[in-house]
Amino acid sequence: MIVAVLNISWQTLADALSLGGIYALMAVGIGLVFGVLRLVNFAYGQLIMAGAYSIAYASVWGWPAWAGVLLCFGVVLALSMLMDWLVFRPLRGHSPAVMLVATFAIAFLLQSIAVLAFGQLGTIASTIGPLNQPWDIGGVEIRKIAIVSIAVAAFCLVLLQLLLTRTSIGLHMRAAAMDFTTSRMLGVRANRVVGGAVLISGLLAAVSAFMLTGRNPQVTPIFGLDDTIIVLAGVVLGGLTRPIPATLGGFTIGFASGILGGALPTNQSQYLPSFLFGAVIVVLLLRPNGLFTRAAAVERL
Amino acid sequence: MTVRRLPELLGPAALVLATALLGLAVSVSLQNYFLDTLVKVSIVVALYVFIGNSGVLSFGHIAFVALGVWTAGVLTVPESQKNAIMPGLAHFLLHTNVGNVASLALAAGVGMLFALIVGLPLMRLSGLAAGIATFAVLEIVNNLLRYWQAIGPGLNAFSSVPQTTGIWQAAIGAFICIAVAYAYQRSRFGRQLRAAREDPAAAAAAGISIYGQRLLAFALSGGLAGLAGGIYVHLLPIEVDNVYLDLTFLTLAMLVVGGAGSLLGAVVGALAVSGLDSFLSAAENGVDVFGWHLDLPTGTSVIVVGTLMAVVLILRPSGLSGGRELSLPRRRPRVPDLPKVRAPT
Repeated sequence: MIVAVLNISWQTLADALSLGGIYALMAVGIGLVFGVLRLVNFAYGQLIMAGAYSIAYASVWGWPAWAGVLLCFGVVLALSMLMDWLVFRPLRGHSPAVMLVATFAIAFLLQSIAVLAFGQLGTIASTIGPLNQPWDIGGVEIRKIAIVSIAVAAFCLVLLQLLLTRTSIGLHMRAAAMDFTTSRMLGVRANRVVGGAVLISGLLAAVSAFMLTGRNPQVTPIFGLDDTIIVLAGVVLGGLTRPIPATLGGFTIGFASGILGGALPTNQSQYLPSFLFGAVIVVLLLRPNGLFTRAAAVERL
Repeated sequence: MTVRRLPELLGPAALVLATALLGLAVSVSLQNYFLDTLVKVSIVVALYVFIGNSGVLSFGHIAFVALGVWTAGVLTVPESQKNAIMPGLAHFLLHTNVGNVASLALAAGVGMLFALIVGLPLMRLSGLAAGIATFAVLEIVNNLLRYWQAIGPGLNAFSSVPQTTGIWQAAIGAFICIAVAYAYQRSRFGRQLRAAREDPAAAAAAGISIYGQRLLAFALSGGLAGLAGGIYVHLLPIEVDNVYLDLTFLTLAMLVVGGAGSLLGAVVGALAVSGLDSFLSAAENGVDVFGWHLDLPTGTSVIVVGTLMAVVLILRPSGLSGGRELSLPRRRPRVPDLPKVRAPT
């Protein structure tokens, strides 16, 4: 029905849903680390860029697709652990602004390393190129990657929800996200929780890298940068401190940008970022704690 | 107060003067680096007026610089060339031209007005929400300037803007920014905002309107950023990507490395990082240093600056200056030790 009213194709709808799914995963990845460390990881997009380059270079070297994806997971996990070790750990306890600027610096550092090592022009991940071809479902053509990413995102989110609610490490993470100091007093081990959050966040970055590369196989040093900026806005929009509002925020902004990008004519869709960020500002003004959270109490002294 | 406090103004000004004089002494090709450095000083001081005094992070100031660039650029491209560079320009802009100084004043005015309008709703936010919201402002302004050809060249560069920014004009711009920043931070408004930075609850309880003070600083620093943008476009043919994320990163790095808490820190950070960055950029094209030929691969400068910024943040979060201003040593009258009073128990 929505499809008929807004005059958009099934392809656009599927694309928007899949973009929403990918952004939701990235949002959880950013939100989990924020929950335990109170740190907004601006360099998340560069993790994704590193993963995308792994897939692209694996295909340049003639590796099969699965080996490329495996390499992507290895590289992204190693890099996020390294980031935790070298940057997040020494910064623990600093003000959020200092940490945000620090990850901003790391983001630009990684990006310029990519420019230096791989060049501006970019590399094509040809092994997963076939994912861009359409499937014919009941007379409607939909790109394979759209369906794959909707399925993968749903699977990951369910798994994550189970992890957070049904396991002790998940319980610890939620407790730490609510009040780090008190949870430590009650026996939550800080390093284990932080390590777990960074690990899961890295896994989600690798999954997102795979799916974003499937959507756009041309990998450049700024791959994932725009996506991360939009997801960051989405996460703040939804509410940073809890996983579910963060996920919803990420999904909403991904879905909205997918639908608007498909429905608007080209001469208007170039202003899409203005619409999106305008909406972000409006929401921040109306609900500074996020769309999907209950009104939080004012911080006491 | 006053004599003891004078170095707070004169120290940064002397640093800028020394840079300008050094820039006059070197060859023309090297002079460009000094010009660029002086403009960066202006931008970083503009950032400092808001971020330093309020303690609220803003990623949006480069949007005000960009508006200054557009204002001064559009109004000074010679009329005969406007059609070639800006084919879609609105009619009234096509036939409006002003002189150099007027274009700078207008750039500052547009920056201030826009910051005031944007700040009216945004200054209610703080912390992360403020960071993201100002980032959204940068994104929107960049997006509009990139595609809206009625107000500027879109993706084209601002070529054939009269290149009036020489060493002295760039230095005077930096002096103006420093003087305004000094006057502001010594005024009651600046003090109120700094009080709010240190302890918002106590400041509010003492009757300070945090919202109002932040808005004032935001508008003021938006004006200075616009002025810096105007000076910038009279120096180089700027395009939209020159006033976007890279410049945001670089200027924030300068502020953080120098120390966001003081005017001295802003100026020192801008000079130090800009000097390093200029040297490495020159080395990317090959330079001779004391008989050595140094030839670094492209991109080294960003890597070194990024690493430096991360290291300074981790090891010394208050920056090189430690948030202190220059001042003469205090001469205290000797006071005899007071007898110790035991607190009643």
